[in-house]
Amino acid sequence: MISEQKIKDVSLRAADIRQTVIEMLVAAGSGHTAGPLGMADIFAALYFYVLHHKPENPAWDERDRLILSNGHITPVRYAAMAHAGYFPVAECLTLRKFGTRLQGHPERLKLPGVETTSGPLGSGLGQAAGYAYGARMDGKKFRVYALMSDGEQDAGNTWESAMFAGNNRLSNLTAVIDRNNIQINGMTEDVMPLENLRRKYEAFNWHVLEIDGHNIREFVDAVEEAKAIYERPTVIIAHTIPGKGIKEIEFDYRWHGAPPGKGPTDKIPADKQAEVFLKELRTYKGKIQSEHE
Amino acid sequence: MLNASAKLKENIFDKPESAPTRDGFGKALLELGESNPKVVALCADLAESTRMLPFKEKYPERYIELGVAEQNLATVASGLANYGKIPFIASYATFSPGRNNEQIRTTISLNNLPVKIVGSHAGVSVGPDGATHQALEDIALMRVQPNMTVLSPCDSEEARKATLAAALHPGPVYIRLAREKTPLMTTSDTPFEIGKALPVWSSSKKPQVTIFATGPLLHNALLAAKRLENDIPVSVFNVHTIKSLDTETIIAAAKNVGAVVTVEEHQIAGGFGSAIAECLAAECPVPVEFVGVRDLFGQSGEPKELVEYYGMGVLHIIAAVKKALARK
Repeated sequence: MISEQKIKDVSLRAADIRQTVIEMLVAAGSGHTAGPLGMADIFAALYFYVLHHKPENPAWDERDRLILSNGHITPVRYAAMAHAGYFPVAECLTLRKFGTRLQGHPERLKLPGVETTSGPLGSGLGQAAGYAYGARMDGKKFRVYALMSDGEQDAGNTWESAMFAGNNRLSNLTAVIDRNNIQINGMTEDVMPLENLRRKYEAFNWHVLEIDGHNIREFVDAVEEAKAIYERPTVIIAHTIPGKGIKEIEFDYRWHGAPPGKGPTDKIPADKQAEVFLKELRTYKGKIQSEHE
Repeated sequence: MLNASAKLKENIFDKPESAPTRDGFGKALLELGESNPKVVALCADLAESTRMLPFKEKYPERYIELGVAEQNLATVASGLANYGKIPFIASYATFSPGRNNEQIRTTISLNNLPVKIVGSHAGVSVGPDGATHQALEDIALMRVQPNMTVLSPCDSEEARKATLAAALHPGPVYIRLAREKTPLMTTSDTPFEIGKALPVWSSSKKPQVTIFATGPLLHNALLAAKRLENDIPVSVFNVHTIKSLDTETIIAAAKNVGAVVTVEEHQIAGGFGSAIAECLAAECPVPVEFVGVRDLFGQSGEPKELVEYYGMGVLHIIAAVKKALARK
């Protein structure tokens, strides 16, 4: 069981990751803000507690595989990888620039450790299922994690893969859905309703867990439970807050694809967005300041 | 006359035996089952007609059924290849690489993973099934993707060799196959190397036109060459590798002769002839006549009548040779 101290450590890592994400997006001048902030706690838990991996040897054969299907939130993965030691944190500021290893959407052949190329939605779960299938054929012990958005549950390919993984009882596969309820055109339940998501996956022979995606202990416990489930893959539906950590943008779907400085201006003027975001993240929405006061 | 070094069958022009190219694929896959433990076979509910069935029966633990789900066929294969397997994925070419084109682009080609995509039922010679099942754009779809190799074998024996070679090739490969029986031209001794066009017909006199043919229509090209033997000497090349194209051989032949005909059972737009024309326009501009489908969908019918109707018969090739010659 994860200790209280470890949970604190992971939370601090998540805070660092969020700040790096904002710095990256500001430097890049484009990219997605809401999703990376919403998944920072889970990425911190993955890279600093859950995954068996060796940042100094990304090709280590026994590593757990993390397949990111919704490639547009890759800034949070890059930030987590950098803080975990895969590459210097300073390189994060090259995001989306010409010649960078940190492509706008992740590419397997550009940056060791990203495992695959993604961005076009709906194709990650199948890749993860294929990976898990091959590994099981050879009796490999590592686990495969597939991270998806809720928006890409619209895609037919996702359900083809869900059916395949369920039918083949890929218990070495754990999927995580970032259930933040937003997609580019609006709220998921307005654009193309997904509920009842739990029952849909159950009908496809998956073990389904639902957690608060900002509660490190709940996520770690769910991951551990998944390891104990045989004959079925597990999906963790992680209820998250898009834009988590910056109160002015939380739950606002308009921040799906906008970077700080180019987002909606009804709450914060464009030229103040980066500054306000970073201040909020450094002070935990002003809590640190108020404690001092 | 037939090139001796190509070691072709002797009865090409006189009641040749025939077999579908998909049969050669099926045989090779079975051979690979024995020789290469990394090879796995994935199919989208078409094991018998893509000829994966013998592999499925002999190596059930290495056969993976996807159901009617071609997008997943591509993505699961990408994952298996990323792990370290050599997946062959088979369906009809209209569905794979047709329906799943984006998945192939992002998860296989951009990842540069060694997935071998086998598209059966290419061309109008699929016959009675009609336009929905007659792939006429698959070469175009596949040859524009970086990292992809595109193979279009001329007969069953060459399909066998192409499949074996694809398994050893480090990157993604597309293999184009046909449904119907087509004449056997090559033998087990016929040379086959990915990226090497094979001269199969030459004349004792200096050729005046060169025919580059791909796939089973090579037989029609040879029939045309033979009929023209005493009239217009031509040379014929079997171009089984559409990408990477054997530019050296193609440019040398075009320079030597000065007029070219391309033959394919595919849309002229974006296909094999286009690949040849791109190469020649840049390096050695000569008149090129294209034999292929001219921006039309196929329809139901018998294979031979469809090939004739869509302008890919022997007489069409002869007419194209004469036109190319007149433009020199």
